[in-house]
Amino acid sequence: MCMRSAVLVAVATLAVATLAVAGPNPAGGTVSGKVTYEGTPAKMKPIDMSKEPSCAKMYTTPQLAETVVTGAGNSLENVVVYISAGAPDDPAPSTAAVFTQKGCRYIPHVLALQVNQELKIQNEDQTSHNIHPLPKINREWNKSQPPGTPPISEKYDKAEIFPVKCNVHPWMHGNFAVLKNSHFAVTGDGGSFTLPNLPPGKYTITAWHEPDETLTQEVTITGSETKTVNFVFKLKPY
Amino acid sequence: MKITKFFVNAALALVLPAALGAQQADQAAPAAKPNPHMESHVGDVTGHSEAGANLYYRYCWGCHGARGDGNGENAQWINPLPRNFVAAVFKCRSTITGFLPTDEDLYDSIYRGFITSNMPSWKALTTQNRADLVAFIKTFSARWVSEKPGEPIKVPEEPKVTLESIKHGKELFTKLECWKCHGPEGRGDGPSASTLTDSNDQPIKPYNFYTGYRFKCGATNHDLYKIFITGVDGTPMPSFADVIKPEEAWDLVHYLRTLQIWHPSPELALWESTPEGSAVVKAERVRNTDTGSGIHP
Repeated sequence: MCMRSAVLVAVATLAVATLAVAGPNPAGGTVSGKVTYEGTPAKMKPIDMSKEPSCAKMYTTPQLAETVVTGAGNSLENVVVYISAGAPDDPAPSTAAVFTQKGCRYIPHVLALQVNQELKIQNEDQTSHNIHPLPKINREWNKSQPPGTPPISEKYDKAEIFPVKCNVHPWMHGNFAVLKNSHFAVTGDGGSFTLPNLPPGKYTITAWHEPDETLTQEVTITGSETKTVNFVFKLKPY
Repeated sequence: MKITKFFVNAALALVLPAALGAQQADQAAPAAKPNPHMESHVGDVTGHSEAGANLYYRYCWGCHGARGDGNGENAQWINPLPRNFVAAVFKCRSTITGFLPTDEDLYDSIYRGFITSNMPSWKALTTQNRADLVAFIKTFSARWVSEKPGEPIKVPEEPKVTLESIKHGKELFTKLECWKCHGPEGRGDGPSASTLTDSNDQPIKPYNFYTGYRFKCGATNHDLYKIFITGVDGTPMPSFADVIKPEEAWDLVHYLRTLQIWHPSPELALWESTPEGSAVVKAERVRNTDTGSGIHP
């Protein structure tokens, strides 16, 4: 190779190396979009809390189960949207992810957190609950949490999405999504999500809805643009 | 005639081995295992998985399955289902919830069997046999290599049985809301009892202190103590380790023994020697029997 090409190659390599080493660009790209459904969603049944009067009395109308929560414009709530490939693993943040039992319900219904991030579970009810997460890859433990006891602190060291339930109150169901990196969102009312601060690269975005429906799409970020990625889940009434 | 017979025989000779082969393939030995060579240590006995393999495929695989996943050919008729060694979630442990049992825990489970289930007691085998089986069970899950078994819990010395201890145990039973599943008299008829499911979504019943005196995980006060401190993993029974003090836990044990009104125990005798206890136990012996005559159902 002649001298000039060699120099060009050296400069190019240096430039790429600088970009790679520079760290995430705070003004990086964004992936945003909306999660909707087509088909007929199952009708959510009202919950009978009569066996737990201390919770039943907190509600004037019966609460609905949260297995499928839909909204205006066919939007779908409680969908975890995360990057399943293309992003490196991130260290766990120092703040805890909080899971609350209140009114014999789980708040939030789906909690997304990172591998090894502290999970803080609190009981704000007048009744005991037992927290029984049901992972297949992580440890399965089951702890009682009476009212007035301190929050339970736990963590999970493997990425996995799994349900959590209370055995004493069979209508209580939730989900934990333990994820490898910090790019995730859980859709709320309206079904929209945003994943900001993405360095340039090719990403696989996965949308998960309980119990185990997933959709994936690929997206490429080149700079600080916003790319729109929408997901449409097919729902059945049963 | 002879030619037809020849062809029929030839056809059978071709078809039968294939059919039998398919059946055997179903129950063939498992493919690559995560940790094919394991040891167990029980007291001063060392068990080896190679020896355990022969015993397993003679005595255990009919229920627990060739792959150790609880899916043996008998499993479809059994409730509760046989233990799934691949998932490696065990009920009877001396380690805290979520952690693997010790070799001794597994050994004791094989020795005792599980009352009110299809798992028999294997007292008939030798100590070495049982230790070898423990070693072999550990070959079914990679957890035995990637995780250490948990630290066994520390069980303090049992204090003397006193009326105060029993009364305090009753307060704990109410405060910790054991009655929600086990029922106010421990008959397994609490408000949540009928909706309980285990970790495989199979219906499961809470322990009934009225009809039983042995537990799935033993029969002594020490075993009872361990049950609610370690929790029964894979079932609705949680661990109360973080919410009950070790001394208080013995009070709960003493109270629970007074619920087992058909099983003589020092706790029950002491409780019955009081007017209040005597009245309660007499009433419980009569309640809900077919004839009301107080005969044990």
